Amino acid sequence: MRKNIILCGVGGQGTVLASRLISAAAMARNIPVLSAETIGMAQRGGSVFSHLRMGEGIYSPMIARGEADLLLGFEPGEAVRLLPFLRPGGQVVVSSRPVTPVMTALSGEEYRAEPMLDYLKARVPSLLVVDAESALREVGSPRVLNLILLGAALKSGALGLEEADLQSAIRRLIPEKFHELNLRALHWASEER
Amino acid sequence: MHTAFLMGNEAIALGALAAGVNLVCGYPGTPSTEVLETVAKNRTDGVYVEWSVNEKTAMELAAGASYSGARVLVTMKQMGLNVAADPLMCLEYIGVKGGVVVLVADDPGPISSQTEQDTRHFAAFSKVPCFDPSSAAEAYAMVQEAFEFSEKYGTPVFLRPTTRVSHGYAALEVKDPEEYTRHIPAGFEKDPGRWVIFPRLSFANHRKIEERNEALSGLLSENPFNRALPGENAPAPRKGLAAGGISFTYAMEAREKLGKLPLLKVGVPFPFPEKLALSFLSELDEVLCLEELDPVIERHLIYVCGKYGLKTRILGKQTGHMPLSGENTRDLVNDAVSAFLGTPRREETLPPPPPLPVRPPVLCGGCPHRASFYAVKQAMKGRKTIFCGDIGCYTLGNAKPLEMVDTCLCMGAGLGIAQAVNHLEPDRSCFAFVGDSTFFASALPGVVNAVYNQASFTLVVLDNSTTAMTGHQPHPGTGRTVMGQAVDKVSIENVLRGIGLTFVETVDPLNLPAAVDAVKRADAAPGVKAIIFRSPCIALSRPTGRAVVDPGKCIGCRKCIREIGCPALSFADGKAVIDPGQCTGCSLCGQICPTGAISGGEPHA
Repeated sequence: MRKNIILCGVGGQGTVLASRLISAAAMARNIPVLSAETIGMAQRGGSVFSHLRMGEGIYSPMIARGEADLLLGFEPGEAVRLLPFLRPGGQVVVSSRPVTPVMTALSGEEYRAEPMLDYLKARVPSLLVVDAESALREVGSPRVLNLILLGAALKSGALGLEEADLQSAIRRLIPEKFHELNLRALHWASEER
Repeated sequence: MHTAFLMGNEAIALGALAAGVNLVCGYPGTPSTEVLETVAKNRTDGVYVEWSVNEKTAMELAAGASYSGARVLVTMKQMGLNVAADPLMCLEYIGVKGGVVVLVADDPGPISSQTEQDTRHFAAFSKVPCFDPSSAAEAYAMVQEAFEFSEKYGTPVFLRPTTRVSHGYAALEVKDPEEYTRHIPAGFEKDPGRWVIFPRLSFANHRKIEERNEALSGLLSENPFNRALPGENAPAPRKGLAAGGISFTYAMEAREKLGKLPLLKVGVPFPFPEKLALSFLSELDEVLCLEELDPVIERHLIYVCGKYGLKTRILGKQTGHMPLSGENTRDLVNDAVSAFLGTPRREETLPPPPPLPVRPPVLCGGCPHRASFYAVKQAMKGRKTIFCGDIGCYTLGNAKPLEMVDTCLCMGAGLGIAQAVNHLEPDRSCFAFVGDSTFFASALPGVVNAVYNQASFTLVVLDNSTTAMTGHQPHPGTGRTVMGQAVDKVSIENVLRGIGLTFVETVDPLNLPAAVDAVKRADAAPGVKAIIFRSPCIALSRPTGRAVVDPGKCIGCRKCIREIGCPALSFADGKAVIDPGQCTGCSLCGQICPTGAISGGEPHA
């Protein structure tokens, strides 16, 4: 199996942890993994990304344009920004909730998710939009968007991993007091509703 | 051996431990910081680790430990090397006993730095050999070899990863602690002819160093970190590539896609493996160089061509085939190699997206620096001022709407700038902002200088009790060490009073009226004055308060948004909205709201 995955969002949304969980799950299956992420100043609310590559015969942790099998967008505008990395026929899983940049709030302009989601809809046949507002409310924490999106990516089949793989990665990487919340968030997308 | 998923910096740390390192010191700086932190977390018995007060001090520790026969790893980012340059330049002339590996992480882009300086040049300047890893796995191997190399040839050795190597993760095979080398330092032996630098010693050693590096260039042509990969069914018979660092992996990927051209991998760019380069170049008409920052490989290859009369054309940054600044990407390399082969890449481009939001980094919701900047701004409204910034999270105070950073140069420079501007314009109120870690690292000489030379400005220490930007390292003001010891803090107030400042006030910046009042009084006082705005970094103290907007009272004036630019604040349906995921209840917006519509959070009166 060879998979190229891009996670993108806004600093502070938990893209790094999500990337670590996927990597840990792949490693537990003895799949070689390389990854790279934004660390440093951009983590303070800037645009951030993780590149993650699984499989044999890979030299670089970085993904080229048109190579990603899965784009996991933590924010609609950020998913649009990195869409050129998606391969034709690739899967996009995106949160519906926009994060308004301070600059936009200041200028009095409005920043809305709809034009971003429409752009994605017109170009990505396999697009999965996650209703982040409902999900966060139902799970009961504003800080687990990363696990909710991972759960949706699992459900789409594009992750190439099973829920059990990520469950055990959560148990290994996250402090025990947060296990229940994170496992619940991971399962949210699979629930019947 | 076991397999672990490691960041490049973690691999370097574990490699150093496996090589029997005895002492590890450094100063935090992206992208180097995780090396020392990982050593601290995984250290075996007898390994001493410290965050030194700055890179110069760390390098001096490295010298002392090496003189005593210890193996030393000293860590910093590329600009930290400028601070450590004085001891390092001299240490190369003195030479080392215990192995010294100087880990300097370069930052193409630059992503988190002021400059795009290239440590490979510094290697040639200081005559210190330089290992340049292309991956986490190679970095793990290189750091272990670097210790052997350092002791064998009596020289410090650079290990110089770049951001994508330092921060890239890979699953790799690493040694178990039982397999680590044990290195027992012999202790210091008096030998003034060896350890005391005098012109005559420098003259003698200079010649030895040049001869050694000449010999090393030959030896390194045989070292597997440098190698020539042959072409396989190459798409162009007499064309080749040369690459180093992360760009080597991009070149390998490009070869998979576009055809296997001959590829020269330069893993030790100084002393340059001249013989290897000569045999590689002599088979080729054209070579495209793929590297970041300066054209180091490119210039060396041109030198080899000139020295040996080769006609091979060397292409790269100097010929416009590669960009002069910024980091390389897979796409940039794919495009450059395609063009080199005469088959420019064509691909379908997407239609332009709707306007995307600009998203520069910002101070976190609830960050006390926001309150400090706002207080100074309010206090000095309408006055002729300059606000000299410095290096840290608080550089972000430059952004709208605060716009409170008029200058930023390098660690600690704000004090000198404020002093000189005030000297030239005595009617201008000058402020120098400095963080607590930067204060200890590089502001102290500036304070002494200003006080003694009768300067007049206000020093504002933004004390959030940590080194926040690089991920919360301890410093002398925090009362703990990276080894986990609780120790007496060095008091910023006592230091300043000891130097001779008489106006030294400590204020909670989140108490807005008190903060504004302190600034006004400081500005009115003569000489060098200091305000210490003390409030912990919210990423460490994790306040649980939340402010809320009463939509009935909110008149939609947007003052809260316009004045402080907190990322937790936005505007929807004519009212201010607070994102509970980002709010920490700092109460600053509540203190600004003209109608008292914002409540909750921690009062700071």
